[in-house]
Amino acid sequence: MINLLLFPIILPFLFAIILLFFKENIRAQRLLTVIGLLISLVAALYLVATVKADGVQAITLGSWPAPFGISMVSDMLSALLVTTTILITLFVVIYSFNAIGEERERHFYYPAILFMITGINGAFTTGDIFNMFVFFEVLLIASYLLIVLGGEKRQLRESIKYILVNVISSALFVITVAYLYSVVGTLNMADISVKIAEIGQPGIITVIAVLFLLVFGVKGSLFPLYFWLPGSYSAPPIPVLTLFGALLTKVGIYAIIRTYTLFFVHDTGFTHGLLSALALLTIVAGCIGALAYFDLKQIIIYNIVIAVGVILFGAAQMNEAGISGAVFYLIHDMLIKGALFLLIGIIIYVTGTSNLRKMGGLMKTHAPLGWMYLIAAFGLAGIPPLSGFVGKLLIVKGAFEAGDVFGSIIILASSLVVLLSVIRIFVYAFWGDPTIVELPKTNRRTFRKMMMPAVALVILSVLFGVGTEWLVPYMTDATDVLLQPSIYIDAVLKE
Amino acid sequence: MEFLMAIVVGILFMAAVYLILSRSLLKVILGTGLLSHGAHLLILTMGGLGGAAPPVLTEGVTDFADPLPQALILTAIVISFGVTAFILVLAYRTYAEHQTDNMNLMKGNDEHD
Amino acid sequence: MKTNDVILQTTTKLVFFIIFLFSIHIFFAGHYTPGGGFVGGLLTTGAIVLLLLAFDLKTVQKALPFNFTIVTGIGLLLALGTAAGSIFFNVPFFTHAFDDFTLPLFGTTSLHTAMIFDAGVYLVVVGAAVTMIQTIGGDA
Repeated sequence: MINLLLFPIILPFLFAIILLFFKENIRAQRLLTVIGLLISLVAALYLVATVKADGVQAITLGSWPAPFGISMVSDMLSALLVTTTILITLFVVIYSFNAIGEERERHFYYPAILFMITGINGAFTTGDIFNMFVFFEVLLIASYLLIVLGGEKRQLRESIKYILVNVISSALFVITVAYLYSVVGTLNMADISVKIAEIGQPGIITVIAVLFLLVFGVKGSLFPLYFWLPGSYSAPPIPVLTLFGALLTKVGIYAIIRTYTLFFVHDTGFTHGLLSALALLTIVAGCIGALAYFDLKQIIIYNIVIAVGVILFGAAQMNEAGISGAVFYLIHDMLIKGALFLLIGIIIYVTGTSNLRKMGGLMKTHAPLGWMYLIAAFGLAGIPPLSGFVGKLLIVKGAFEAGDVFGSIIILASSLVVLLSVIRIFVYAFWGDPTIVELPKTNRRTFRKMMMPAVALVILSVLFGVGTEWLVPYMTDATDVLLQPSIYIDAVLKE
Repeated sequence: MEFLMAIVVGILFMAAVYLILSRSLLKVILGTGLLSHGAHLLILTMGGLGGAAPPVLTEGVTDFADPLPQALILTAIVISFGVTAFILVLAYRTYAEHQTDNMNLMKGNDEHD
Repeated sequence: MKTNDVILQTTTKLVFFIIFLFSIHIFFAGHYTPGGGFVGGLLTTGAIVLLLLAFDLKTVQKALPFNFTIVTGIGLLLALGTAAGSIFFNVPFFTHAFDDFTLPLFGTTSLHTAMIFDAGVYLVVVGAAVTMIQTIGGDA
């Protein structure tokens, strides 16, 4: 089974194609989507076990020899991210049954999600820099469809901006790849790493490193390139927002981590210093946004920006604690953002508004929602033993080891701001007098059905925090490959 | 030849930036089209212009063109073709819905739609 | 005002088939020379667009009663199926097989699994492009 690492990419693609034949049959669409995701999940879990047992898996498409064909590489980081992606999508799809509405389901909603998963998993798995561009486009085109699906006035306006920003950043991606190709003459990521090590890191490579930071910074919403994110993400309905918030920015982060640990490791003083400074500025900007708004969606959306900063700050330290902290926090953030977005989706469903000032007293009427939200909020802020704690602890430890005291203080302070911003939602929405606010009539059964996937994600994230001990071997594997590019290179260029 | 191509790419980018910064949505889309054309030309130039030499490498052949940039461009062109088609349809729908193609009039957030 | 488009319609009836046959030729020519599924598909789409210009949307839909979304789906399945065939032989994805066969009428011909993949590309391009044009054209 040398093709195993491709299964999480091929299977969603296959099911997306099959769904095209059942445009009008919503029940068949739902069923096939869930079946497809379940099979993909099994394949992904099996892949994680294989990578754990046999080390990095690599394959070169079309039986070409390694640096010439397109390589696909699955190391522990890729395998874990692929698994998390499929897991979150599964819950979001189940949530969508009650939240998205039949009109959208009939217009290629599920195929679009599956195509997007194909692109995301492909981007996580690919070992070829141009192929990464292609998979980025696959996921972006699917996301264009998802963001505009429904065609509300506001959606159309915001998606135009989203698409324009991404089209321009894609052109920049092509330009950057062209520069890189002219310098090193190869596109295989392992081979690029070897070639850059051979020529040292002359100035032009540093320029390319910064260009990559710009390209992926737009996708991953790094300061000051995050400007498009709050507006665009608030337009689509909650399930789509959840997928975007939990997954899309993470692909950009993954790409930054991959290129900055594999290619540009010879002049870390400048490149990683820049990355770390930008990450800190991202955190500050995100904190300001998270405190400034009285809109549920906007507060959590700005929390995405903060998390991006925290993860990249950890990755920029380039030591064991920092990187493994970043990996921990990356996966934690995918899970917890998924959970939080689903939960605020339920809050918006119950209250009929996303404005905090118009809510109150939900604790009396919807107690389980309140408790689940509180757990997720604590998890996001990183209160032990919940999932955010370990990642942040390791990142701060890494920063202290690297001598960046100032950065560590900002990370710790940002935790407080994060806690404040999400607890503010709790205080406004759940406390207070329930009689002042009149709730719209909602279906109790729909509420319970919507709660199920959200609760499942919260439980998963709690388990991720409590079961840290059990996950450490996997995380160590992921960190080792990032810190020692030779493992990755040997696996790809073994023949 | 490379020098000339660099200038052409520069002019394309210049025109693209000018169009993207304009107010009319249609001009912005034309600008993104020019931008991707410039990027494609840049790949071709960066791969080294092989002239009329064939893209094959067998023993004894010293003069050959690099086939990879052409494959990359073909992929990138197909992608930008698809995206441009999509964005044009979207712009048309947006125009029908908003009755304007002026980007300045498409600002807005939750408070004032 | 009713326009008189007898010339356009009569020519189109003829030219459509010429373009269509040429697109098939280009598709097969892609095996060794410039051409292939993408260009062939675009040519076919061009032929269909010509039909749409000469006649109207309803007539064309009656003449070509395909659901072009389904055409896209079939094309994708063909392409993915060809690429995924390699999984069953436990060789890397996208590995292709080819050989020379002696066929009646054609003589010795080189057959290639990549051609099935290209047929998939052809269908995807026709399906997607015609869907796009029908969507925009149906709106006005």
